[in-house]
Amino acid sequence: MTTAAMPVPRPYLDAGFSLWSWLSSVDHKRIAILYAVSITLFFFIGGAAATVIRMELITPAGDLVSAETYNKLFTMHGVIMVWFFLIPSIPSTLGNFLVPLMIGARDLAFPRLNLASWYLYILGGLFTVGALIAGGVDTGWTFYTPFSTMFSNTHVIAAAAGVFIVGFSSILTGLNFIVTIHKMRAPGMTWFRLPLFIWSMYASSIIFVLATPVLAMTLFLIAIERFFGVGVFDPALGGDPLLFQHLFWFYSHPAVYVMILPAMGVASEIITCFARKAVFAYRSMAFAVLAIAVVGFLVWGHHMFVSGQSIYAGTVFSILTFIVAIPSAIKVFNWTATLYKGRISFHAPMLYTLGFIGLFTIGGMTGLFLASLALDMHLHDTYFVVAHFHYIMVGGAVMAFLGGIHFWWPKITGRMYSDSWARFAAILVFFGFNLTFFPQFILGYLGMPRRYHEYPPEFQVLNVLSSAGASILAIGYLLPLCYLFWSLRYGARAGPNPWRAKGLEWQTSSPPPTENFGATPVVTEAPYAYADAAGG
Amino acid sequence: MWNFPLFPDRASTLASSVDILFFTWLALAGVVSLAVAVLIVFFSIKYRAGSAASRVMAPQRVRTRRNHLIEAAWIFIPVAVFFTMFAWAASLYYEHSTPPADAMNVYVVGKQWMWKIEHAGGQREIDELHVPAGRPVHLVMTSQDVIHDFSMPVFRIKQDVLPGRYTTLWFTATKTGDYHLFCSQYCGTDHARMIGHVVIMAPAAFEAWLARGNAAETMAARGAARFRQYGCSGCHGADASVHAPHLEGVYGRPVQLEGGGSVIADERYLHDSVMLPRKEIVAGYAPIMPSFQGQIAEEDLVDIVEYIKSLKSAPDGTVR
Repeated sequence: MTTAAMPVPRPYLDAGFSLWSWLSSVDHKRIAILYAVSITLFFFIGGAAATVIRMELITPAGDLVSAETYNKLFTMHGVIMVWFFLIPSIPSTLGNFLVPLMIGARDLAFPRLNLASWYLYILGGLFTVGALIAGGVDTGWTFYTPFSTMFSNTHVIAAAAGVFIVGFSSILTGLNFIVTIHKMRAPGMTWFRLPLFIWSMYASSIIFVLATPVLAMTLFLIAIERFFGVGVFDPALGGDPLLFQHLFWFYSHPAVYVMILPAMGVASEIITCFARKAVFAYRSMAFAVLAIAVVGFLVWGHHMFVSGQSIYAGTVFSILTFIVAIPSAIKVFNWTATLYKGRISFHAPMLYTLGFIGLFTIGGMTGLFLASLALDMHLHDTYFVVAHFHYIMVGGAVMAFLGGIHFWWPKITGRMYSDSWARFAAILVFFGFNLTFFPQFILGYLGMPRRYHEYPPEFQVLNVLSSAGASILAIGYLLPLCYLFWSLRYGARAGPNPWRAKGLEWQTSSPPPTENFGATPVVTEAPYAYADAAGG
Repeated sequence: MWNFPLFPDRASTLASSVDILFFTWLALAGVVSLAVAVLIVFFSIKYRAGSAASRVMAPQRVRTRRNHLIEAAWIFIPVAVFFTMFAWAASLYYEHSTPPADAMNVYVVGKQWMWKIEHAGGQREIDELHVPAGRPVHLVMTSQDVIHDFSMPVFRIKQDVLPGRYTTLWFTATKTGDYHLFCSQYCGTDHARMIGHVVIMAPAAFEAWLARGNAAETMAARGAARFRQYGCSGCHGADASVHAPHLEGVYGRPVQLEGGGSVIADERYLHDSVMLPRKEIVAGYAPIMPSFQGQIAEEDLVDIVEYIKSLKSAPDGTVR
């Protein structure tokens, strides 16, 4: 890859210092920062809810908060973490920042639309926070009917409106990425020279664009039933409560892949860099993310094995769920094989990524327990499910997000953070996470249902372990906030490529200039051409 | 507090089969996770930056061929394992999907936030389910309001309980004792208090429990009274002048439907015929029956269903 010599560039961070210069910027890098700040805020709001939940569950009796408050807390935890943190996390921050840089473009295809996406996100967030301040919602993030439409007395519509609006932010981001990746690749950047992160963004964008409208329709139907009493979901009005679950999971299962596919993309970039070696089986990695995105649309019914759905539908959804696990398994094996004969160093991003692989493997394997029809009859709606999806969402997606933030932090800010502190935080998160969620697998097999404000006393020991782990996890999440902020002022200058990584984003200065590259780069080699690795 | 179990009791014929499936998965997941972890640690140490381990690779042609073989192996081995596990779990699920013909019927109505349970003999209980060991029990369940879930970890089964329709569960208890009953589908404020007990009794003790139960009359007898109270007998009774299907012996038989097709007149069909009478119209009859949706509580309707089930065939043995 060659880049023409650049005139002294002005970093994008210096393009303006007023608040308005940020709020009106159409630079994809600045919008990424806007997103990063907003999702971090939401992460800590959602985390605060989780903290109170874990404190409540230290004792079997529901003594810290009332049942009503508890229900509102887990609802807000779910709504905020899913829609305002996890789904936008990697795509809207790292994706926004990196998609144009990685393909050698000046910006996304529609910069104004990109800014509009952020404003929609904020508007949706305001509705949701508004619902929270007005008194909360107690339906669970899944909004199951007829409870959400005809029985809940809380601010369902405000929260649903927030989710409805933020959905359009996702759709527009997805659209922007798809067009950008199709039309704005630099000369020589063929499809099979794209970094795997770009493939993962592409696959996620397809899901954004195709699945999110179904969520919007579903929430709209909830509003119609709640406001006008039109019988869509409530059988007392002639509706069908299972219809809601089909529609909801038709969106929400692909949405799970929107959370994990970008994490897979991040992991691929980091592993190759710190193993100094090309990823093992590049093409099968690229096809695997597409396969997950496509087959992921056909597995929603595995959330409904005990819902009263036909056993034949259950059978089809079960086998499709096993099939969608295959590309995920391939990716885990390929990452492991990438390490073979590499020259591996263990900076913080790599530790996060190795942790990601381990936790994602456990999360994925336990998903297959749940895909097994007879076993799901016992495990469904227990803490086993809670543990499983936290291994994927927190162990997988959040670990990779943090890994990615640490990996690209020097590029984004131009500064290095303290690697020792970052490695310490990565290890703390890994242990805290396992202590929090591993006991929940055991609780689940014992039969403890999820969303329980109080529980039988024999479950206490495992719940106390889980809460203890959560407090370690909380410290692990607060630490990066400290040393990353510290680095903004005191960190050493990073230089264009502190990790000696491949990829176009490392060819430009750190932080990059507003126009990204002095001259359009021309790509002449395969991705991950780490010459100092094996055979080179 | 320090007396805590790490594994649930087993008290049904199904439980050990589910546990074997679970342990097989645990072993598989353990082997795979351990293999990945061991390889990562091994490579991380052996190929750490600066180590003296050889990085010389086979020539490109040999390597490509070998890599394809490796890739094929870790595509097809998981496929084979997954399909086996799928088939095993699905067949266990299928085996368990149809209750034995001699199963004892018990009706369950969920409402925010309690379980109302009624035995055929008319015994009623709240948040408790007494069952005999060794005899299949068939639960016919519905909800008065939102979706609930009847979950009995000791039997390794659960099923959502829906408003407006019947869902079923069955089990054969194997071990006497007092076990947890949970609502597992979030149903509102006191979801965590919608819990109770499954009490498994020796058959003789269960008979004694039934005998001293609070039943003044059987479900069918109670249902007969409801049948008159709600005016059902006005049209469906023996001397009614309205052209309505007679109900003697209808239970368990196929019913021809208007517009073709037929359904077996099971509990679901009887329930829906009252609540949603236009859904499945009996061939040859005008759809004149009004819906009783919102008129009749689910716990009364189960009595009527049990009453209709108790009606013997008409003298000529036909079902009209």
